[in-house]
Amino acid sequence: MSEVHSETALNSAYVRTEMLPEQAPPVTAAGPIKWIRENLFSSIANTAMTLISLYVIYVILAAVLPWMVYGIWDAGSLNECREIRDELYGPMDGHGGGVACWAVLVDRWDQLIFGFYPSDLYWRPILAVVIFLTGIAPVLYDSLPRKMLILTAAMPFLCFWLLWGGSIWGPIMVALGFAAAFLVVRQMSAVTGGLWAILLGILALLFLFFDPIQLIANILDWVIGLVGGPDAALSGAWRSVEGLVGGTIFPLVPALSGLLYSILPIEIPAVQSREFGGFLLAVVIGASGIILSMPLGVILALGRQSDLLIIKGFSIIFIEVIRGVPLIVWLFTAQLLLGYFLPPGSNFDLMVRVIIMVTLFSSAYIAEVIRGGLAALPRGQYEGADSLGLNYWQSMQLIILPQALKISIPGIVSTFIGLFKDTVLVVFIGLFDPIGFSNAIRADTDWNGIYWELFIFIGLCFFICCFGMSRYSQWLERKLTTDHR
Amino acid sequence: MKKSVFLGTIAATALVAGAASAQTLAEVQERGVLNCGVTTGLTGFAAPNAEGEWEGFDVAVCRAVAAAVLGDASAVEFVPTTGQTRFTALASGEIDLLARNTTWTFSRDVDLAFEFVGINYYDGQGFMVPRELGVSSALELDGATVCIQTGTTTELNLADFFASNNMSYEPVPIETNAEAQQQYLAGACDVYTTDASGLAATRATFEDPSAHVVLPEIVSKEPLGPLVRHGDNEWGDIARWTLNALIAAEELGVTSANVGEIGASTENPEIRRLLGTEGDLGAMLGLDADWAARAIAAVGNYGEIFEGNIGESTPIGLARGLNAQWTDGGLLYAPPFR
Repeated sequence: MSEVHSETALNSAYVRTEMLPEQAPPVTAAGPIKWIRENLFSSIANTAMTLISLYVIYVILAAVLPWMVYGIWDAGSLNECREIRDELYGPMDGHGGGVACWAVLVDRWDQLIFGFYPSDLYWRPILAVVIFLTGIAPVLYDSLPRKMLILTAAMPFLCFWLLWGGSIWGPIMVALGFAAAFLVVRQMSAVTGGLWAILLGILALLFLFFDPIQLIANILDWVIGLVGGPDAALSGAWRSVEGLVGGTIFPLVPALSGLLYSILPIEIPAVQSREFGGFLLAVVIGASGIILSMPLGVILALGRQSDLLIIKGFSIIFIEVIRGVPLIVWLFTAQLLLGYFLPPGSNFDLMVRVIIMVTLFSSAYIAEVIRGGLAALPRGQYEGADSLGLNYWQSMQLIILPQALKISIPGIVSTFIGLFKDTVLVVFIGLFDPIGFSNAIRADTDWNGIYWELFIFIGLCFFICCFGMSRYSQWLERKLTTDHR
Repeated sequence: MKKSVFLGTIAATALVAGAASAQTLAEVQERGVLNCGVTTGLTGFAAPNAEGEWEGFDVAVCRAVAAAVLGDASAVEFVPTTGQTRFTALASGEIDLLARNTTWTFSRDVDLAFEFVGINYYDGQGFMVPRELGVSSALELDGATVCIQTGTTTELNLADFFASNNMSYEPVPIETNAEAQQQYLAGACDVYTTDASGLAATRATFEDPSAHVVLPEIVSKEPLGPLVRHGDNEWGDIARWTLNALIAAEELGVTSANVGEIGASTENPEIRRLLGTEGDLGAMLGLDADWAARAIAAVGNYGEIFEGNIGESTPIGLARGLNAQWTDGGLLYAPPFR
């Protein structure tokens, strides 16, 4: 049969023996024209929509683009801007028309970025940002050498020292204090089990960073006050213990760093928190909040799933209370209520209070996002970990959390983006973040009446940061995809 | 862990927090810096300039007190406060003096336990309308739409004024002064009402200020002044008499230019007492003899401060009006220095 067929094929002169070369598809069936035809003009309704959209886009751009592009960059005040504009483009109706006065950004650039930070020290925040980015790089990209994680651990203390300045021994002693607490937890967990080790670690921190004698005396005072006992008798006796041990030993960390400083004074000029402002403030609050709230959020999420009643109850109450109250209320609490609690002249500065509140707030959200991830894991994963003989911390660290966190990435990142944007709320407690500066700049007679230029600039900067975070999370999701979709 | 530190701090500090001490002067002198609460930015009254230096009418009060107490007008830590945070900041001791165009009212003085040390600006609520409306008096505003900041005393004053004159109005609620300017310029309302100083500052920023008029009626009393905490009268006296010294200096013709030599050259005993070349007024305050001379040298007398920050030579262009010396028909009247 095949032979017959092939013979006829050979004998038929009109049958081609070689393939025609490939030809390009018709213009209308490929490339951009095909795409346009299919997507923009596929039907009458679609065509109408396209034309209307194009018109709307044109109208918006025709209004906005000349305003932006012809904007004036070199002027000392809004009125100067208006004069230059009239000179260049002829007199125009000021409201609604006209051109942008970008000169305000040039004039107040330093303030919008650094706030009141001393101008001869601008290299310090810049260097801190570089160190920060280098420090988090190995966390973000696991292709980088693991040795860089040492820099990551040192990064918070280095950045703190660069930003606030002062004696180098403070940050070093704090770092050593945390390292000591970490070692306590690590060494003791083999002996006493995880929970007790963590309690011991917290106790070590209290001893290192607070005055335990003072603390106990205060608690005694408080308890005696509650039961209505004789005032300050017991705690007075206890306080005399402090006299015995010298009184200057505790708190240990400040005492030691003071001692070291007196031996070897290494320091750079100190900068007050009040001098921080603009995007520096937003980034410092945002970055601290993000870094601190992540571990706290994980702990809270695990706590909420714990079988231990107190830990579970505490986690639930903490999360629900923090989440149930708006951030602005917490910020007012930090500013107003703590102001009453703290002794006058105490040095617990506003920015630290704000960072703590922002951290607590976002950690409650992170905890719930991660709990979602934990809940999404099949029961078998927990049972599998148990069947391998892993203890609680090992199973969490090696099996549960890596999967739960992977599932939670979009939620975590959107919480972080929200946190970063929420930093502008500090304007309501009198801190000069970029929005606060836009008000302060307007309060200067030179720039009173300027709005859009500042808001567009601030919005653009926030957009770049938040969009960057969002792109990173998408990249990370793709990289970590292990299922077979 | 972070949380335990936080709670520990609260527990530790809440218990030791005592009553605010009555030694503000000693504290300020030991600290070497005056913590002065100002606004987060109000045209002419307080705002950072391009170099980050605070400038303004209220700022000058802070600098004068710093010059009197510490001998250095730049030894001031300016603490920006909002309308919500200003009183707590003062009550909690975060600031020593609040100079934040705060209206002296009964409840603030008595109930909030503050002490107003004087009045540095007599303000009042006014109205601004476009000139093309052809309105020359607030009594012609029946039926007008009014841009009004919500939750302020101006809102209440407005309602009172229209009700007592049997007129109606339609409020356009807005949140901030910035929003108000935009709304008013866009024609969302016929009238914008706020403090007269604010109206003048707003009007100065318009492309064509002459197209808008501020109506002559002032419908409220807004005496603005610096304040301190109750319970430290010595400190209150220093703030009060520093302000009085600035006002008296204008009345007596002492300026920042002549303060250096007039104390020695003049025969006027009150000037000599004010500047410390005669008597011991400074010692009574717990300061040295030339405390007032330093304050005047640093910021100028009241008239100089007014002209430099909000007066007619500035873009804001406020007339002295009620804020003229009593000898010129105003309300400024410093008690005698003797």
